[in-house]
Amino acid sequence: MNMVDLTINDKKIIVPAGSTILEAAQSAGILIPTLCYHKHLSPYGGCRLCIVEVEGIPRLVASCTTPVAEGMVVRTDSEQIRRNRKTIVELILSNHPNDCMVCEQNGRCKLQDLAYEFGLKEIRFQGEKSHYEIENRNPMIERDYNKCILCGRCVRMCDEVQGVGAVDFSKRGFQAKIATAYDGVLDCEFCGNCIGACPVGALTGKPSRFKGRSWEARKVRTICNYCGCGCSLILHAKGQDVIRVTQVEDDNCVNQGFMCVKGKFGFEYINHKDRLKTPLIRKNGTFVEASWDEALETVVDNLARIRKEYGNNSIGGLCSAKCTNEENYLFQKFMRTVIGTNNVDHCARY
Amino acid sequence: MTNSISEFEHSNAYFVIGSNMTEAHPIIALRLKRGARYNGAKLVVADPREITLTKYATLWLRHKPGTDAALINGLMHVIIEEGLEDKAFIEDRTENITALKKVLKKYTPAFTEKITGVPQDKIIEAARIIGTEDKVAFFYAMGITQHVMGTENVMDVANLAMLTGNVGRPSTGVNPLRGQSNVQGACDMGGLFNYYPGYQRVDLEENWKKFSESWGCDTLSRDAGLPATAMINAAVEGTIKALYVMGENPMMSDPDIGHTEKGFKNLDFLVVQDIFMTETAAMADVILPATTYAEKDGTFTNSERRVQLLRQVIDPVGKSRVDWKIIMDLSTRMGRPMTYQNTAEIMDEIASVTPIYGGISHERLEKKGLQWPCPDKNHPGTPYLHKDKFSRGKGFFYPVDYHPPAELPDPEYPFLLTTGRMLSHYHTGTMTRRSKGLNEICPEGFMEIHPKDAGSLDIEDGEMVRVSSRRGTITVKAWVTRKVPPQVVYMNFHFAESAANRLTIAALDPMSGIAEAKVCAVRIEKLQLQETAV
Ligand code: SF4
Ligand code: SF4
Ligand code: SF4
Ligand code: FES
Repeated sequence: MNMVDLTINDKKIIVPAGSTILEAAQSAGILIPTLCYHKHLSPYGGCRLCIVEVEGIPRLVASCTTPVAEGMVVRTDSEQIRRNRKTIVELILSNHPNDCMVCEQNGRCKLQDLAYEFGLKEIRFQGEKSHYEIENRNPMIERDYNKCILCGRCVRMCDEVQGVGAVDFSKRGFQAKIATAYDGVLDCEFCGNCIGACPVGALTGKPSRFKGRSWEARKVRTICNYCGCGCSLILHAKGQDVIRVTQVEDDNCVNQGFMCVKGKFGFEYINHKDRLKTPLIRKNGTFVEASWDEALETVVDNLARIRKEYGNNSIGGLCSAKCTNEENYLFQKFMRTVIGTNNVDHCARY
Repeated sequence: MTNSISEFEHSNAYFVIGSNMTEAHPIIALRLKRGARYNGAKLVVADPREITLTKYATLWLRHKPGTDAALINGLMHVIIEEGLEDKAFIEDRTENITALKKVLKKYTPAFTEKITGVPQDKIIEAARIIGTEDKVAFFYAMGITQHVMGTENVMDVANLAMLTGNVGRPSTGVNPLRGQSNVQGACDMGGLFNYYPGYQRVDLEENWKKFSESWGCDTLSRDAGLPATAMINAAVEGTIKALYVMGENPMMSDPDIGHTEKGFKNLDFLVVQDIFMTETAAMADVILPATTYAEKDGTFTNSERRVQLLRQVIDPVGKSRVDWKIIMDLSTRMGRPMTYQNTAEIMDEIASVTPIYGGISHERLEKKGLQWPCPDKNHPGTPYLHKDKFSRGKGFFYPVDYHPPAELPDPEYPFLLTTGRMLSHYHTGTMTRRSKGLNEICPEGFMEIHPKDAGSLDIEDGEMVRVSSRRGTITVKAWVTRKVPPQVVYMNFHFAESAANRLTIAALDPMSGIAEAKVCAVRIEKLQLQETAV
């Protein structure tokens, strides 16, 4: 691989040729603020927040789209850069609803973080504001484009990763907006990966709305329980309720953080009112609530009776493709050692 | 899967047969879509239905349901005819090629077209792609296994992969996609009638001894166990008297539910351990409330053999208990105390008796999963199998000859029914149908039928129709679409009100005990006016 030497903030760095300045900086642990950049998507260069100074180039350049060159000397922070970045954020905020208090993204919003970083208490620019109708007639995603900053990450996510292309830029200038083909109700695969890509609160998962603020939730990394892909995901729980699923950000997973509709939105069954909450024993044809002691003793008595009367092989066990390895191991061990039969199987084949 | 998910973005070509990947394994499908769109990989899809993946395909082979082996044989015939096989690989790493060639002889493009319905030029084009591209990855799922010749179909995919030297290298391989989160693990753990954990056969004396010793048990059975389908038969016949069912819903997922129901009714005692009142739980004598994955820790093993950690998020709801604690309690009460403190301790025991899991511990899994075989504590895991040799030494070509499905359409039952999964629902629907948005995407079952057939039966889109097979009858909404070819109808099996498995057949593959859920014959009728009213 061809390597290139460059200097960023007086630090000497060697990176593969073809890297962008942003990637080079990231590899050296130097942070450059971004909005439209996403590590799994093609560079877009739309927001200009990632601007840097390059010696010999008179204007500021977007680091997410500019490739490195041999001997390049880069500054990622200066008075001029800060001023420019601040103006960019102010311009975005000038057409952004002051809605943080009830916004689902509150506390994990990139725009909020930037406003905070630049100490933007008031906005110098007062201009026209967009007034778009909120689209929430689809099953999964509430789309509020009044909050959209037109970073295009959802568009690229849907096209480049999902291969669906359900949304795209429509119109230009102040009228520019992300829209479906006929600017109507979203009808797509509902993978929710665009929600994960949206840096602000324009796209939110309907099953999670008003279930809990980001900081109230315990976040636990685990594995999806649906198909055999084995995606890593983060479950958010408030108290004893699972309220949201978000993507993992690192690459120690098979799914690069992407999910499908089941992984992203299929969590409501966990706290569903129909969950079985107590052991049940059938008495005279109907189920009667029972204590664990009573239920387990009934099982033990019956299994022992049947084994005695008809032999070990008159009992069979079906274990589960939805239970853990540890549980399946114990289950077959139970059947083989306690019952004394090899009649153990599961519906792997369906 | 012999290979790893992350490798597939770099394959040169894919051959996907009997796998509706975008619906059933969406994240693996993302890699293929990206490979096809950005790396110029060629995607060959063989499926009777116009599945989503066909939109991204270089070539779509629309074969008749149940003719998979004939199609694969046809491809191999052309590959050999044109000299595209990997001669060095065949010479060094395989045996029995002569026998394979003998069987393939008759599968000329013309003969193959006659059986499969795929035009000859497409067969030739596909064979050339598979024969010439460098790294070809093969994928299949239940679309080829749920047939009376399921095992043979699988062998035939392996034949094709070995013939073209696409085994034992990154971005290639024979890759069955696992439908449920831990099917792989349940098999690995010995949740199988013929294997102890780690695919150690129960009928070998040395294994019997090993497990008798490690488990400190001198009453391990020396009798062969029964596969699930045979347990149901035995229940019908009255030789199985009791069943312990943990987290399974055979009353929805089994083919020919009517038969399964008969078996369950005939039981002396049924205990079901589950999270909802499933169709199966409703028949139980005792129900033990268990927990979801959010309420437990432990491990799952995914399709690429990666063992990964689950972590508990919330407490068990109500008085429910985690499954492993329930089993421990039962075992202890029945005279064999189990005293594991946590799931990490159980994994340590698994590692001690299961060579392929030998080096796996929860501690090592903290950062990232490990792919088995992982024989010892320093082993990094195995991203792809059969690198230098096959587990049995040389790869063996098992010649496969096509024979038709057990039940094909006839004048009485003139349509062929095939079944499958859809993206927004999962398995028997117990979980996804209780997730509001998912149920909203698709709240009810439907049957896909071609416009031509709908026309001749005078059926309109959205109309309720009666569908019957020799085993049962259901009513279901018709969806008139060209996704299915004429004479073929398709249903998902997630919906209890229109349970597709009332119709399917339990004809078994003699080699694996899998039932032919993918093909059976049905009759379709318009409902009478008074029936629609009720
Ligand atoms: S949910 Fe998925 S398919 Fe739908 S618009 Fe977002 S990225 Fe595209
Ligand atoms: S909806 Fe979100 S991700 Fe899409 S362009 Fe707007 S801000 Fe960016
Ligand atoms: S998120 Fe989707 S693709 Fe990933 S494991 Fe879950 S069900 Fe499978
Ligand atoms: S992050 Fe570089 S232009 Fe937006």
